[in-house]
Amino acid sequence: MTTLAMTGRPLLQVEGLTHRYGSRIGCRDVTFDLWPGEVLGIVGESGSGKTTLLKCLSAQMEPHAGHVVYDTREDGPQDVFALSEPRRRLLMRTDWGIVHQHPVEGLRMKVSAGANVGERLMAVGARHYGEIRGAALDWLGRVEIARDRIDDMPRTFSGGMLQRLQIARNLVSRPRLVFMDEPTGSLDVSVQARLLDLLRGLVADLGLSVIVVTHDLAVARLLAHRLMVMRAGAVVEEGLTDQVLDDPQHPYTQLLVASILHP
Amino acid sequence: MTASPSLSLAGIGKQFTLHVQGGVVLPVLAGVALDVAPGECVALHGPSGSGKSSLLRLVYGNYRAQAGSIAIRHRGQTIDVAAASAQTILKLRRYTLGYVSQFLRVIPRVPAIDVVAEPARAVGMTAAEAERRAERLLSRLRIPERLWSLPPATFSGGEQQRINLARGFVVDYPVLLLDEPTAALDADNRRTVVSLIHEAKARGTALLGIFHDAEVRDQVADRLFAMRPPSMAA
Ligand SMILES: Nc1ncnc2c1ncn2[C@@H]1O[C@H](COP(=O)(O)OP(=O)(O)OP(=O)(O)O)[C@@H](O)[C@H]1O
Ligand SMILES: Nc1ncnc2c1ncn2[C@@H]1O[C@H](COP(=O)(O)OP(=O)(O)OP(=O)(O)O)[C@@H](O)[C@H]1O
Ligand SMILES: [Mg+2]
Ligand SMILES: [Mg+2]
Repeated sequence: MTTLAMTGRPLLQVEGLTHRYGSRIGCRDVTFDLWPGEVLGIVGESGSGKTTLLKCLSAQMEPHAGHVVYDTREDGPQDVFALSEPRRRLLMRTDWGIVHQHPVEGLRMKVSAGANVGERLMAVGARHYGEIRGAALDWLGRVEIARDRIDDMPRTFSGGMLQRLQIARNLVSRPRLVFMDEPTGSLDVSVQARLLDLLRGLVADLGLSVIVVTHDLAVARLLAHRLMVMRAGAVVEEGLTDQVLDDPQHPYTQLLVASILHP
Repeated sequence: MTASPSLSLAGIGKQFTLHVQGGVVLPVLAGVALDVAPGECVALHGPSGSGKSSLLRLVYGNYRAQAGSIAIRHRGQTIDVAAASAQTILKLRRYTLGYVSQFLRVIPRVPAIDVVAEPARAVGMTAAEAERRAERLLSRLRIPERLWSLPPATFSGGEQQRINLARGFVVDYPVLLLDEPTAALDADNRRTVVSLIHEAKARGTALLGIFHDAEVRDQVADRLFAMRPPSMAA
């Protein structure tokens, strides 16, 4: 019996990724592939190593062991930590997006909303003012921010608007891979649903590959194709999202699922 | 005479190990073997708790089988759901394998019409074509037009079930799983579901379903597949 041939090759290949804080384990021996267009959710209790793993994957932190191989547009698969520093920086600014839990970490609070979005385009070489402003307007619209707010400072925005602005800033340069750490975590429940819906739509429309960290299993169910469950720095279970949530195999996953009402 | 099966189960074994309840092991299925041919509808038949819903979920890849194979014909290949990767199962679900579960899992903020049209767009239909098909099914299942643009979260149980049915029939899946699709429906809507099933069979769809309603079951099922609680099966 055959299994379907995968189209092409993984966008990201991760092998044996380990990070320690002194003697404390951040994440340990994490191995997986991410396929183009795939949304991978990372779940687990507080302190299980989700953020540590995401920071290593997205080259915000250097792991102590293991490899992260990214399928670059120009040269195919490359070990991210073997790239020169400028090349890695360029990759992070252009091909990747990083959506932080707290929008202020991912935005520049001293420049206007439009500039926050336009800046990313300039990083990929855009120079024409009218085009940059046009793209910024377009993206503000796509994340449901009124066009007339383009010249306003981020500090005049609500939490939900700030998070949507951060998303626009990340997506305007058409990244292929987006990392998100608790993207709805800092928002009120009423605002979360709207943002989730927006994210779902954008991810599907743009065919983005996403790695999203969340402790909220309902968010994971809505966004992720596949889940990895972490505990004490290690991945204890991995699989199709609904299978992991509806028929969890590992004792820890069963506990996690049992502790909430309707995942 | 019989075409090669669209769906073929062999040696299916399933048990749940409840680690949260001190590691209790719950045997549910053992040695289940079953073929469903194109255009055939097989009804799972057995008492409550005999594992009917679990079997459908195993075929859909929602539950993980401990033993056996679940072979499904998919675009000229045969996929074993019990051994397939997540990516493969998602492709299978997109193009080949439909499932109407007992309850609709609502997505916040998404209007009923989009909930129904989404699988059609996912197989590559234009938004207009997908919407047209969704509208047609919503009309046939008697969902009032004023509800189409509302998210189904606040709909009645029967309305939600009909949204779920519309979503399951909006794509002509070659293999379709139905878990008590008429449980909350009135007589008119039950008749509509029977027609939808007959049309699917005529197109060559292989159906595996659970039908509590004996009248519906008699009208759609070509044969019954008897299931017993594991204690009796042992
Ligand atoms: N900068 C640091 N210095 C020392 N230890 C750290 C540091 N950051 C994280 N840790 C430790 O590493 C482990 C994993 O932390 P991490 O932040 O990755 O968890 P997490 O799964 O993201 O948790 P949360 O859901 O609370 O955000 C924890 O034990 C944490 O205390
Ligand atoms: N995710 C699960 N975790 C643990 N046990 C489960 C799970 N799903 C089903 N079971 C158990 O498996 C057995 C079979 O359940 P299943 O829902 O398949 O029966 P059924 O034949 O569909 O019953 P009914 O006619 O009442 O719908 C039951 O004892 C049930 O409690
Ligand atoms: Mg964290
Ligand atoms: Mg059942």
